[in-house]
Amino acid sequence: MDMVKSEKLIYEYARHDDEGNIIGMNRAIDEVDIHVSPGDFVAILGHNGSGKSTLAKHINAILVPTGGTMWVNGRDTKDPEELWNVRQSAGMVFQNPDNQIIGTVVEEDVGFGLENLGVPTEEIWKRVEDSLKAVGMIQYRTNSPNKLSGGQKQRVAIAGVIAMAPQCIVLDEPTAMLDPNGRKEVIRTIQELRKRKNVTVILITHYMDEVIDADKVYVMDSGHIVMSGTPKEIFSQVEELKRYRLDVPQVTMLAEELRKRGLDIPKGIIRTEELVEALCRLN
Amino acid sequence: MSIKLENINYIYNPGTVYEKHALKDINLTIEQGEFVGVIGHTGSGKSTLIQHLNGLIKATSGNFYYDGKDVYSPGYNMKELRTQVGLVFQYPEHQLFEVDVLTDVCFGPKNQGLPKEECEKRAKEALQLVGFPEKYYTQSPFELSGGQKRRVAIAGVLAMRPKVLVLDEPTAGLDPKGRDEILDQIAYLHKQADLTVILVSHSMEDIAKYVERIVVVNDGEKMFDASPREVFSHYKELEKVGLAAPQVTYIMHALKEKGMDVPLGATTIEEAADAIMRSFHD
Amino acid sequence: MIRDITIGQYYPANSVIHKMDPRVKITCTLLFLISLFLQNSVLGYAIATLFLAVVIKVSKVPFKFIVKGLKAIVIILLITVGFNLFLTSEGTILVEFWIFKITDKGLRIAVFMAVRLIYLIIGSSIMTLTTTPNSLTDGIERLLSPLNKIHVPVHEIAMMMSIALRFIPILIEETDKIMKAQIARGADLESGNMIQRAKAMIPVLVPLFISAFRRANDLAMAMEARCYRGGEGRTKMKPLAYHRRDFVGYAITLVYIVMIFVVGRYVPFHIWIF
Repeated sequence: MDMVKSEKLIYEYARHDDEGNIIGMNRAIDEVDIHVSPGDFVAILGHNGSGKSTLAKHINAILVPTGGTMWVNGRDTKDPEELWNVRQSAGMVFQNPDNQIIGTVVEEDVGFGLENLGVPTEEIWKRVEDSLKAVGMIQYRTNSPNKLSGGQKQRVAIAGVIAMAPQCIVLDEPTAMLDPNGRKEVIRTIQELRKRKNVTVILITHYMDEVIDADKVYVMDSGHIVMSGTPKEIFSQVEELKRYRLDVPQVTMLAEELRKRGLDIPKGIIRTEELVEALCRLN
Repeated sequence: MSIKLENINYIYNPGTVYEKHALKDINLTIEQGEFVGVIGHTGSGKSTLIQHLNGLIKATSGNFYYDGKDVYSPGYNMKELRTQVGLVFQYPEHQLFEVDVLTDVCFGPKNQGLPKEECEKRAKEALQLVGFPEKYYTQSPFELSGGQKRRVAIAGVLAMRPKVLVLDEPTAGLDPKGRDEILDQIAYLHKQADLTVILVSHSMEDIAKYVERIVVVNDGEKMFDASPREVFSHYKELEKVGLAAPQVTYIMHALKEKGMDVPLGATTIEEAADAIMRSFHD
Repeated sequence: MIRDITIGQYYPANSVIHKMDPRVKITCTLLFLISLFLQNSVLGYAIATLFLAVVIKVSKVPFKFIVKGLKAIVIILLITVGFNLFLTSEGTILVEFWIFKITDKGLRIAVFMAVRLIYLIIGSSIMTLTTTPNSLTDGIERLLSPLNKIHVPVHEIAMMMSIALRFIPILIEETDKIMKAQIARGADLESGNMIQRAKAMIPVLVPLFISAFRRANDLAMAMEARCYRGGEGRTKMKPLAYHRRDFVGYAITLVYIVMIFVVGRYVPFHIWIF
């Protein structure tokens, strides 16, 4: 069974004029089909306004489709009976680190979701501790979140989600507001989690270097899935990516440039070692 | 126009437990028409440094000369300095507040005390400089896309006709295309309007692509001040202070290690491609 | 200026007072505040002073830190003292100059009033300094929980309070940023009369409100995503439970109240006019 699956998913919202009358409908997502297998690392790429965040919010049932269906762990997100099960099985981390931390102390924030689920006190403490250890933030457990760096805040947010023991984590541009070190910190944390907990990860981003380890990449543009495949397949289509307002890692760019200038270099190079190897073979 | 900082020190909350020596003996001269990049990790002091440049922060000790005049001397016209040195903060669209785009951009010139027609003239000119489409002039700034909002915010500073434009992370949160568009626009301003540009960025790739000179700030001190080529040749030292070099620098070093005869100085894709092609043709 | 106010700030330390149940601290603080109005004699104030001194000592909060909180009320204090000192016409006149008369009764009221006000502030700052905002709201939530029966949304009020406390520092920082950005655009936020200055704040307030709404929106979404659905069926990570020290706290406060009531009212002991 797919962890996350959507069929012809449509999301429309009304456009209003100044008086609040509906003057038309906007389609943010248009007949999108996605499949995410359990344990996979799936990336969804797209420029700002491409619909990728709207899609992400469907996985957590913050939004429900106006057409088509979204299943999370086999549950239809439209079914109000399943709402809390869906939210518990697909945890969500958002973009702005400040606006998703509720607690005034790190450990209390991590416990917030568990309190909502009605988990017994002792169990909360155990899970909070485990989660904070898993993201490497245990030494900050009694700190105020306001004193942490952006990357640390996001790790706390991730801990808050994994404490709820979801099968799937959706990260909606978790690094967009961070500096390069914060970004690395968060990506490393996600990779660690995948190794340790075998959790499904769906990463929404526009940073290309974050998706080279993904099992599958979807590219979105104006509400549609326009490309899908492995990172190698996606990154071998540099021109097409540019058309969708995206770019590729510098190493892919350089390989492309060298190929244009006549060197015999394979397409879809995404890592430094691959380029070095290809060039050495030519030399 | 020239900016000259001499032995600038800045201490936050002096005399309290929160005391922090944010800048230590900074010496820096920036001449008319330069395109300077400032890099440093979060908390290195680079934001404090750029806020000195338009007088938002006054140094605890040291001298600051703008155009040869001592900014810290009594009677110096701070308001004038603020119009000469335009400062664009991170996420500048968060300061938009007016009912429409044009009125918002007029805010700066209006504060300069200019008549309404002149304000509008300058606002329109600034919006043109940032490539903002005229048909949206009367739209609410809050209804624009992220990239367009940012253009409006930058125009809001340009409308004061500054000689120096200081930008703190102007591409934060934008998608790759939006980022390239804004940076290209800034490079265009640098050339066309003869602006001195000081660009703070976390992206070494962007810095390498656009600037002529890099100032590295670490722990409140100036660590390097040289050309991108020179600065990024110290990539190991940069890594130690939480920075890095552009990815191509690493590629060139990896190639060299494998025995290929390539120069190490390349910091952009074009330079790297040129260097690699040359080594194949030789 | 905003940073000077210590009321509402938390001072981390490891003391018995810090560890006490917030319900004890809230109740005892209220009792202490009431006690200040139960008596009106020098002996009563002596007992209150002793009680306060012991609590401060035990709390391990530096006295200097507590006094800093008084800065914020200096003006109110001066006005109160001034009013009572100069406008009380009863009693025998002690000093007289120009149109002012200071009577013994006026002096007495002024001094007692000042002490009362200062103790009021110190008493409540000790509570906030030794209690994290979160456990404070927890305490309030539990103390007010009987009101649930008459359909007062106690949990929601407490949640709102704790969210407000979390976002105050963030919004202060944000205000600072926006002000700087507008000053960089030539805004003059400091000169002019009241109306001009209020008008000059519009470029700061509009973006601030927009940002606050955006944050509220984001936060509501994040809370929902983490299965928040109101107080029903929620468990607590840190449930409130009374320990021995809490009963001791209640007991000491009770003894203090009785003492101040009896001694302050019925033991005739005066120093000069006090």
